[in-house]
Amino acid sequence: MRKLLIWLPLALFAGFFILFASGLLKPDDRVITSKQVGKTLPDFTLPPAASDRPALMSRELATGKPRLLNIFASWCVPCAAEAPQLLALKRAGVEIDAIAIRDAREDVDRFLARYGNPYDRIGLDARSSVQIALGSSGVPESFVIDGKGRIAYQHVGDIRADDIPMILQQLEDAR
Amino acid sequence: MIAEAGLVALWLAAALAFLQLGLVAFGLAGKKSELLEAVRPVAVAQGALTTIAFTALIALFMRSDMSVLLVANNSHSMKPWLYKFAGTWGNHEGSMLLWVTVMGVAGAAVALFERALRRDTHMATLGGQAAISLGFYAFLLFASNPFARINPPAADGQGLNPLLQDPGLAFHPPTLYLGYVGLSVAFSFAIGALLTRQVDASFARAMRPWVLAAWILLTLGITAGSYWAYYELGWGGWWFWDPVENASLMPWLAATALLHSVTVLATRDALRAWTVMLAVIAFSMSMVGTFLVRSGILTSVHAFAVDPERGSFILVLLGIYIGGALALFGWRVGAVREGAPFELVSRETMLVVNNLLLSVILGLVLIGTLYPLLTEAFGHKVSVGAPYFDRIAGPIALILMIVMAAGPLTRWRRDNLAEVGRRLIVPAVIAMIAFAAVAILAWGRIGVLPFLGLVIALAVAAGSVAPLWKRNLRRTPLFTWGMVVAHLGCAVSLAGMACDSAFTVEKLAAVRPGDVVEAAGWKLRLTRIVPIAGDNWTALQADMEASRNGGPPVMLHPQSRFFPSPPTTTTEAALLTRWNGQLYVVLGQEADQGRWQLRVWWKPFVTLIWFGGALVALGGALALVGRERRGWLLKWRGKAAVA
Amino acid sequence: MKALLTLFALLLTPPLLAQSALPPAPYADRQISDPALERKAKALMETIRCLTCQSQSIADSNASMAGDMRSQIRERIMAGEEPEHIRRWLIERYGDWVSYEPTADPVLWPLWGAPLLLIGLGLLLLRGRIKRKARR
Repeated sequence: MRKLLIWLPLALFAGFFILFASGLLKPDDRVITSKQVGKTLPDFTLPPAASDRPALMSRELATGKPRLLNIFASWCVPCAAEAPQLLALKRAGVEIDAIAIRDAREDVDRFLARYGNPYDRIGLDARSSVQIALGSSGVPESFVIDGKGRIAYQHVGDIRADDIPMILQQLEDAR
Repeated sequence: MIAEAGLVALWLAAALAFLQLGLVAFGLAGKKSELLEAVRPVAVAQGALTTIAFTALIALFMRSDMSVLLVANNSHSMKPWLYKFAGTWGNHEGSMLLWVTVMGVAGAAVALFERALRRDTHMATLGGQAAISLGFYAFLLFASNPFARINPPAADGQGLNPLLQDPGLAFHPPTLYLGYVGLSVAFSFAIGALLTRQVDASFARAMRPWVLAAWILLTLGITAGSYWAYYELGWGGWWFWDPVENASLMPWLAATALLHSVTVLATRDALRAWTVMLAVIAFSMSMVGTFLVRSGILTSVHAFAVDPERGSFILVLLGIYIGGALALFGWRVGAVREGAPFELVSRETMLVVNNLLLSVILGLVLIGTLYPLLTEAFGHKVSVGAPYFDRIAGPIALILMIVMAAGPLTRWRRDNLAEVGRRLIVPAVIAMIAFAAVAILAWGRIGVLPFLGLVIALAVAAGSVAPLWKRNLRRTPLFTWGMVVAHLGCAVSLAGMACDSAFTVEKLAAVRPGDVVEAAGWKLRLTRIVPIAGDNWTALQADMEASRNGGPPVMLHPQSRFFPSPPTTTTEAALLTRWNGQLYVVLGQEADQGRWQLRVWWKPFVTLIWFGGALVALGGALALVGRERRGWLLKWRGKAAVA
Repeated sequence: MKALLTLFALLLTPPLLAQSALPPAPYADRQISDPALERKAKALMETIRCLTCQSQSIADSNASMAGDMRSQIRERIMAGEEPEHIRRWLIERYGDWVSYEPTADPVLWPLWGAPLLLIGLGLLLLRGRIKRKARR
């Protein structure tokens, strides 16, 4: 018994050591993913965020074919970096809607004029309430919404050029 | 040239550490006394060289030598001198250099001043200290060279993280480091004692002052850090159970347990294996804390340069030193005899319960801190935070406080339960009065833990001074005073914590200049918002007048500061300290239509938290001086007698 | 506290650099007038983890999203919703991670067993070290 107890600290330390090592080896994953993936979109109605695009309602996203819902903001730097990829997706035939977080119409107009406008509809979420309801934890994020208005996929962070084939595949899979 | 001189000093120090380890190993194994003769001078020289290296780095920061990478990355020529100076350790490399400097100086101190320890154990201890230092020298020289140059030199530095630009940086990290790393001495003592199989009362008496010194500094460092976080983060919190905070609390918990168990070993020659174990654990917790903080495997509010590669280096060091020490423990401790069992009612039992409860809290903090890491390995993200730690460590800490009051009133060897009860009558009566008073004044308004905390704080305060009762105070030994003051400090701190969580009044408001905010009897009038410029920042400052119950107004100036390099905004809370609490005012964002967001807290007796912490450290200092002075006196008398 | 301790809140940095210029949501930094409801809301906010920060509750974070969550929580509490209902709603969106208050998830059960285990281990170590009865 005493023998066992004497070696117990070393055994416990070995356990902690393995835990630390696994923590170091694992790629740094600070991403909080939405638990709403696979569920139907929450109900929302948002006012228009830009002068030349209509407002956004949740049921308008269930159009029978998959769409991309982009969460962005004019004050967010990675969102500007993401703009060319969204335009490329648009050119590939993807229909994209957007929710602008904590934004003002003039700022969104200026942002779109500068970085391009791939969006069909843009809703303004002035107090992040739809963002929270979606389980989104920051900007930018993109959701693939299937034809029935179900959230099929969530992409956290900006879409990079090499993410495009994967996003297209996700849209295809959501068919 | 200064950078090169620093680097050379560091290499030489590392070489001396290697030499020191070799001398001890061959000297002890081959019983070669002449080799051992050289160990102490080598240890002193090593301490001197680390000091030179560290001084060189300070000089580089003070001169803003932008050809040194570390200075260019972490300093700026326009910074006030205090932050150039303190910026030396406000970064990874500098703080690791501080770490080896503390280890080197502590080793030199053990070489110079340790007289009580048997010679072979003393030598083995110095060997242990050199062995640990070697790993950290390697870490500095191969993975975090503070003296690396850049060519061409930077035009100017990138500046220090603005959240660190605070007088707190000059005091908190060095103090904490002295404590953290000072525990390495206890670790080396344990290694030395295991190697020579000398785990006995005289070993404990030799180790005690070193543990005490590290513990005092750790206590001061944590107290200062808590106050710094309190006023710098701007939300009135003073402890967040953040992983980095827990990392500093764990060595303190282990050191506190060690401090008490070493007393049992010194007085009664018992708890031998346990005391050695705690000495190993205490410094292991310092190393684990450093690993958690530097590797970035846990997220924290507190800013550190995080680097997984350096994390792997530290992890290897953890494996070697902690794993090695625990293996040595398993191998050697079987030979250490257990002492005789204790009587149930005795000081020894009280101290054992103290150790049990402190260790349980330590285990819970460790498990709670690492648990998210464990579940994440299985793909499940969870958060363990204040609600868990408060609920689970809080009640245990309260029981510990009661034991703390009862312990000093119980005699060594054997006591009588009825007698102990009689000595506890005054605290018990005070507890009952306090219970009734708090119940009448605040029933239903405050939570269970703050309620019990207040009652127990008052009773324990009375219980802590009870050992002085009916004693001739002038003849009471200084270390008894030290114990009383330290225990009283715990009660004072607990009272502050309980008052803060029970009675804090919070007022959030959006106001225009001219508006008045009222909170807890205070009237605060916002006079104006003005932009002002500081050394290396600009700020929006709210000029406010505060008065309580119609008293004379006092000016308050909370600020929202903007630092261009690196670009950061910080809040500078305005604090108004009164004997019965602190007014805490923060200027927030502009709300709308010229209104400004203000956060105001009145925190009754919150300052007791840190005052109590300072008392605990003072008590430790009294005990240290008391014990050591007695040693000096005895030695002096002994010499006189021989003469 | 802090190891190099308390070298602070980097976490404040990223959100402040790229933060919306919009004024805070109505109840982000405004208390509910009914103190009982405010206490309820505050207690909940202290246990909800901020999403855009590293390791803070939304009750003490400067991030704008934390402000929006505070506002939403206060508004829902005022509308009569129970704090635990709001917590469950948030967990449905962000998982157990969002709650500092340990949830009933079985993965967290060992946390509650830990104190018993540790005290049990301590008593095991103490076995035979203390005499049951004081000898007369």
